[in-house]
Amino acid sequence: MTQPQLTDFYTILPFTILVVWACLLLLVDLYIPKGRKSITAFLAAFGLAGTMGFAITQTGLSSTGFNNMVFLDGFSTYANMLLLISGLLGIAVAHGYNKRMGIERGEYYTLLLLSVSGMMLMAQAADLIIVFLALELLSIPLYVLAAFTRKLESEEAGVKYFLLGAFATGFVVYGTALVFGATGTTSLTGIFLAASSGTSGLLLTIGAALILVGFGFKVAAVPFHMWTPDVYQGAPTSVTAFMSSGAKIAGFVALLRVFATAFPSISADLTGILWAMSAITMIVGNFVAISQTNIKRMLAYSSIAHAGYILMAFVPYGNKDVLPVSIAAGLFYLLTYVLTNFGAWAVVISLEKAEGKGLELSDYAGLSRKYPALAAAMTVFMLSFIGFPPTLGMVGKFYLFRAVIAGGFNSLAVIGVVTSLISAYYYLRVVVNMYMRDGDPVAEREPGLAFTTSITAIATVVLSFIPQWLFLLASTALLR
Amino acid sequence: MEFLLQPLTILTFFPLVGVLVILFMNSEMKNAIRWVALATSLITFGVSLWVLSMFTVSNPDLQLEAKYPWISVAGWNIYYYLAVDGLSILLVLLTAFLTPISILSTWTAVDDRVKDFMIFFLLLEVGMTGVFLAQDLFLFYIFWEFTLVPMYFLIGLWGGPRRVYAAIKFFLYTMAGSILMLIAILFLGIKTETFNLPTMLVRLPDLYATSINPQTQMLLFIAFAAAFAIKVPMWPLHSWLPDAHVEAPTAGSVILAGVLLKMGTYGFLRFNIALFPDATVAAAPWIALLATIGIIYGAAVSYAQADVKKLVAYSSVSHLGFVMLGLFALNPQGVAGAILQMVNHGLSTGALFLLIGMIYEQTHTREIKVYGGLWKITPIFGTIMLIASLSSMGLPGLNGFVGEFTILLGAFGSKAIGNPWYAGISAIGVIMAAVYILYMFQKMFLGPAGEVTHHHELKDLNWREIATVVPLVIFMFWIGLYPKPFFDILAPAVEKLLSALPL
Repeated sequence: MTQPQLTDFYTILPFTILVVWACLLLLVDLYIPKGRKSITAFLAAFGLAGTMGFAITQTGLSSTGFNNMVFLDGFSTYANMLLLISGLLGIAVAHGYNKRMGIERGEYYTLLLLSVSGMMLMAQAADLIIVFLALELLSIPLYVLAAFTRKLESEEAGVKYFLLGAFATGFVVYGTALVFGATGTTSLTGIFLAASSGTSGLLLTIGAALILVGFGFKVAAVPFHMWTPDVYQGAPTSVTAFMSSGAKIAGFVALLRVFATAFPSISADLTGILWAMSAITMIVGNFVAISQTNIKRMLAYSSIAHAGYILMAFVPYGNKDVLPVSIAAGLFYLLTYVLTNFGAWAVVISLEKAEGKGLELSDYAGLSRKYPALAAAMTVFMLSFIGFPPTLGMVGKFYLFRAVIAGGFNSLAVIGVVTSLISAYYYLRVVVNMYMRDGDPVAEREPGLAFTTSITAIATVVLSFIPQWLFLLASTALLR
Repeated sequence: MEFLLQPLTILTFFPLVGVLVILFMNSEMKNAIRWVALATSLITFGVSLWVLSMFTVSNPDLQLEAKYPWISVAGWNIYYYLAVDGLSILLVLLTAFLTPISILSTWTAVDDRVKDFMIFFLLLEVGMTGVFLAQDLFLFYIFWEFTLVPMYFLIGLWGGPRRVYAAIKFFLYTMAGSILMLIAILFLGIKTETFNLPTMLVRLPDLYATSINPQTQMLLFIAFAAAFAIKVPMWPLHSWLPDAHVEAPTAGSVILAGVLLKMGTYGFLRFNIALFPDATVAAAPWIALLATIGIIYGAAVSYAQADVKKLVAYSSVSHLGFVMLGLFALNPQGVAGAILQMVNHGLSTGALFLLIGMIYEQTHTREIKVYGGLWKITPIFGTIMLIASLSSMGLPGLNGFVGEFTILLGAFGSKAIGNPWYAGISAIGVIMAAVYILYMFQKMFLGPAGEVTHHHELKDLNWREIATVVPLVIFMFWIGLYPKPFFDILAPAVEKLLSALPL
């Protein structure tokens, strides 16, 4: 056991900077007068952008730190970038919305930064203890954010999220304890070594399954998804947008890391579970979304369904030949999901009114006549969710299904495409309302929202024509 | 950036120039927008003629190739690959030819959201041309799926009373077919390590000999066929078609019947027959059976329609049945006849939809029984309608006859179908076509004046409307009287395609 060196801190440099910045911001915010909290938002965004600069300098590096407690590799750098983008977009959509809804307080941005830093630590975790630490660091600020409105629904959402989140964390901790019992270590590589030298057994499998359950809650995979629609609906929409992107990335990144690094030897036991979880998540998410009339709930179920698609990338995780492809496909899909998801939520935020008005699908009627650009952007997001050209969602699904078929899971791919077809029905309903029904919607025009919708819509379309560099980025984001 | 200067790139993507211009125009400048759209599509047609002038008729291979690596990471070898050969050139020309005609037909018919309409229409042209030119399966799939989006909006925004239902049905039905094709494309891509069609065709025979067994080949064939059969549409997968046709605006119907349905038959030709030779031969009798049922069924149902647009819509089921029968005769007459019949159907059905749209614009009804005695009041309209009707029912001297005759000739002697009865029964379809078409013509144009004819001051076709349909009529006569140049274009590529089959 060596003392931490400066080089150890370098491995988690972006994380360190962001945590320090968040703490400073908490203090600085005290001196920023009420009503001018835009400054806090700007400073928070500045911190994220700066952190991103440092994260970029780590491209291509690969090392470990703190006695193998954290990894720094292509995988973590890619995930960090994705998380920082989520953070930036999260601030962009929140700033005007919070002011409009009368919930503008400086802590919002500090909490968001802390949550992002927890997610980033998750991406670098090389030890189950760090996984647990990161999980708490990312979750606790989110519990507070979910209850930020101090209205009944928002508080209900916060409490519900907190209780189920705590429960999920309990699963992770218990699973960690069992894994430690089976292998005598919490280090991911240590577990792998111990497991492949034959000390594994039922205990290890149960431990891994419990960890899967815990993360199943976090990424909202069926049957651990029950909290999602209520929390997504009750929480302030700006929080929902961030939560449905950031928390999902963090959960999936941790799952990928933990399973691919620590548990390849018991993949025979877990692949079936993952297969079933992925299939049932796609089916339930998409079918239940059909009957929703509230756009927040519909997008909540859509995010559940997309968790199912991303889970497909995990199914062949024990197959060494396919693993790099499926990791890359998963990471690529996370990117497409984040862009599309933020864009869609930004449109929802534009149309939301006080008292939870403006959130029914029928409130979108006539949008295309009054706000053609907004309607066109929403159409792009819906097509991307379905997986239709010319959007990034189509390329992402192509990549994902290819990995699944290459892994030999043809039937799962068939379930994936059939559920995509079902999803087309409810995503198109939004388009029908916007274009083919008459109405008189009123949309807010805030710079942050305009920025988010336009940048994500343009990226979703343009990147679908030049995906080569993104593929390269994702396929070089290898695990150490 | 060199790929931008390739003739086929220009042909495919030139309409985007028009889209960009229209995007920045004020939506109140309706006429200017119409002119820009028309000019764009006419220039695109000009480009297609330029492509034709560079096309070597005697060459059976892919020509004017534009091939550039697009995505190449970890086993993905995806090319931006456009090329044309005898199988596709006529369909490309048909697309470029029908688009300006359709745009011209909307001049007064579409007055709401003209800007959006023209943008979607030109985007549709990009998608359709791309489908016929793409030689990489990934690229093809993108174009194939993309055509759904603008067509969905065309039906859903400018269609009839049940347009939303028809649009969603069209979208979901077609998508249901193509998702299975996606799985098959990915499977082939993984097995052959390429998405590039010519390379795939070189690598597949070895794989069929070793790792892909006949059952798998048949499954792949079915997965592709599902996508194409829905698009054609083959009986019993046709139920989206009448809804889509009846609800679509006139220009949408013209393109739908003229080009979009041909994407299905073209898909069979380019992909199913070429990629899965053994399965193709094995499936030929079954496809012939479905095609024959479609021919008779489509004709019988046409006769029972009270709505003239629905009548023409169901006649498409019948006519496309002939095309499928010809394709799976798997001999030169059958296939060449089928390709020519694709063009013929585009011309004659396109003309019928245009003409029906013109009268509908004045009367706002499509019920056959309320018309009557139209010819007396609108002689030019009546004459052109008669020519289009006769072309559709296959009168000798007009284009329909040439196609159907060649197809039946091929189907009679087809070894792959193996039974002349299919052709025999299908020939009844030709007679039935005469029945429903002449019935329609008689009720609407001859006899005493009907309700509508009494109550409306019906105007005959104006110059714009004549200019819209006359080009189609010229081709009906040309193909009907002297089809040789068209067959000459097809023949080498058809020979090459069929030579690879185990017959």
